[in-house]
Amino acid sequence: MYGMRHTPRMLEMKRLSLSIGVGKKRVLAVSSVSLCLRPGRVLGLVGESGCGKSLTAQAFLRLGEYQGVSREEGDILLDGVSLFTMNEAQLRAVRGGCIAMIFQEPMTALNPVFSIGSQLTEVIRLHLPLDRRQAVERARMLLRDVGMDDVEGVLAAYPDALSGGMRQRVLIAMAMSADPSYILADEPTTALDVSVQARIIALLRRQQRQRGLGMLLVTHDFGLVAEMCDEVAVMYAGEIVETGSVREIFDDPRHPYTRALMACRPEVVPHGQPLAAIPGQVPRPGQWAEGCRFAPRCPLADASCRAPVRLDAWRRGGHSARCVHGART
Amino acid sequence: MSELELRHVSKSFQVGAHWWGARRIKRAVSDVSFTLHAGETLAIVGESGSGKSTTARIAMRLLDADAGEVLWKGERVEGLSRRALRPLRRHIQMVFQDPFASLNPRMKIWRSVAEGLRVQQPGMTRAQLRARVAEVLQQCGLDAAMMDRYPHQFSGGQRQRIGIARGLIVRPSVLVLDEPVSALDVSVQAQILNLLQTLQQRHALAYLFISHDLAVVRHVAERVVVMFAGRMVESGPVDRVLQHPAHPYTRALLDASPVVHPSQRVAREEHEAQETPPAAEGCPFRPRCPRARDDCAAFACALQGGAHQVACRYPLTDD
Repeated sequence: MYGMRHTPRMLEMKRLSLSIGVGKKRVLAVSSVSLCLRPGRVLGLVGESGCGKSLTAQAFLRLGEYQGVSREEGDILLDGVSLFTMNEAQLRAVRGGCIAMIFQEPMTALNPVFSIGSQLTEVIRLHLPLDRRQAVERARMLLRDVGMDDVEGVLAAYPDALSGGMRQRVLIAMAMSADPSYILADEPTTALDVSVQARIIALLRRQQRQRGLGMLLVTHDFGLVAEMCDEVAVMYAGEIVETGSVREIFDDPRHPYTRALMACRPEVVPHGQPLAAIPGQVPRPGQWAEGCRFAPRCPLADASCRAPVRLDAWRRGGHSARCVHGART
Repeated sequence: MSELELRHVSKSFQVGAHWWGARRIKRAVSDVSFTLHAGETLAIVGESGSGKSTTARIAMRLLDADAGEVLWKGERVEGLSRRALRPLRRHIQMVFQDPFASLNPRMKIWRSVAEGLRVQQPGMTRAQLRARVAEVLQQCGLDAAMMDRYPHQFSGGQRQRIGIARGLIVRPSVLVLDEPVSALDVSVQAQILNLLQTLQQRHALAYLFISHDLAVVRHVAERVVVMFAGRMVESGPVDRVLQHPAHPYTRALLDASPVVHPSQRVAREEHEAQETPPAAEGCPFRPRCPRARDDCAAFACALQGGAHQVACRYPLTDD
């Protein structure tokens, strides 16, 4: 209906490096990350807090630049056109229009002093040439589409009157308001409990399929990856350490970090036995080890890990791992 | 011996009161009874609004129940004044989901951790307090030298360790853990769960573990209580209840949990709709229940059975 504009065939991040902070405190937070989103495909970006996955996702909209994040090198291409050559007006059309974002915390993403109806129609009118009445009609349609029973009630409500699950539905509706081609979902179900999470997963999956969206799903939860993703990129200390299809990552993880993340899930350990926790914690930007950044926490680390490791140190088809011991099983 | 016992506890809140007196009463907890024995882990599971956190707060006597009895080490405490409670509070301590919100940002963490001990033993010197703080911090896997830092200098996992140390410092026999790992990454979650297990063995602690994550509950608990809309709908040994659920709500919770492997992906489309609110009369789960029949509207929702109890007119059977 409003999708008359052509669908970009590819959204590609090429060797992007980002730094945070100012002056002498400026440190590299994301280093040389390459990701590729395609229509109809869901790519999972997995890692612990502090590994740079949210910064990476926000870079697709150039959002971090307002918070002291700057690009050191690399590029983001929307069908071959660099986002970094666009002016503010062009960027505004891309943000929300072609690429939309669903944030983790639906309470902070909504303004508490405006009704859902006014926030939703504002976004719609920003992107589409509709008058007020048409925008309200589209808002109704979007809310029905995300499974809201009482559409009029939700339009009139303020964010605090809605439950966490309802707010997340509103944010999904808002993200869909201009028929985007790509969706960036940053931990979309983390703040929700199990039964609501299952409903939101079902909703996201249907929206993604029906609309043929390309999706980047940022999460630390392998359960969510198993539910939704086609491809997976595992991130550690600002870089991608393993990438492959969802089956390759689950059936044959090659990087010790991927294996460790999978092994510490309580689902895979018998009752009463200790979980396989990863010793230590994620190093902050600026404190990354030379060579393999996971080596200080890795059971396989040896002298050969002190030199920088390429992402294709282990490779089989589209599956690759940044580990010199990737061939070990 | 029973460390903690709730008998037929109920609690209502007044919600949406209007100035001309129109009142709505929400029954947060109805007729909840359970016993926590020394050294064991009892989990309470349910979704938001199921009453599990209210139950924990009543057990801690942070909230007063409208009806029913609360017993600590066999002693009734629901009528006791705050002053009379104070010496008993040593036995039962609480760890919250968000330890950052429960730590004073302007207080060095050793003061926050020592607070309970200062109340319990007012005669202790600063040096004695700091020595004891150093000891519990180490038990919780933190460096004692960190005790002069402020809360914002710690990561989420470290803050949760501080939250645990804070409860542990008065040498309790019961810890009430309200979603202690829900806000943590899976790797940090594993570290905290392992820590809780070690501490339980070393100090013979009993845990009342509140959670909505069935995988975590299956891992830590021996017994489980499933709550829905303020009522206990099923209870029993963890492997019985989660392997062979008898209540359709327990089944629904299990089905809602994310799969472990992509090959197990199931169509969830039928689960997509907004959830229907629980029924006020009869079985509260009946509007969402695939097995509901007319007479569920008259069902009293009382638990039946021996070790594995269920409150359902038409419970699921194994076959």
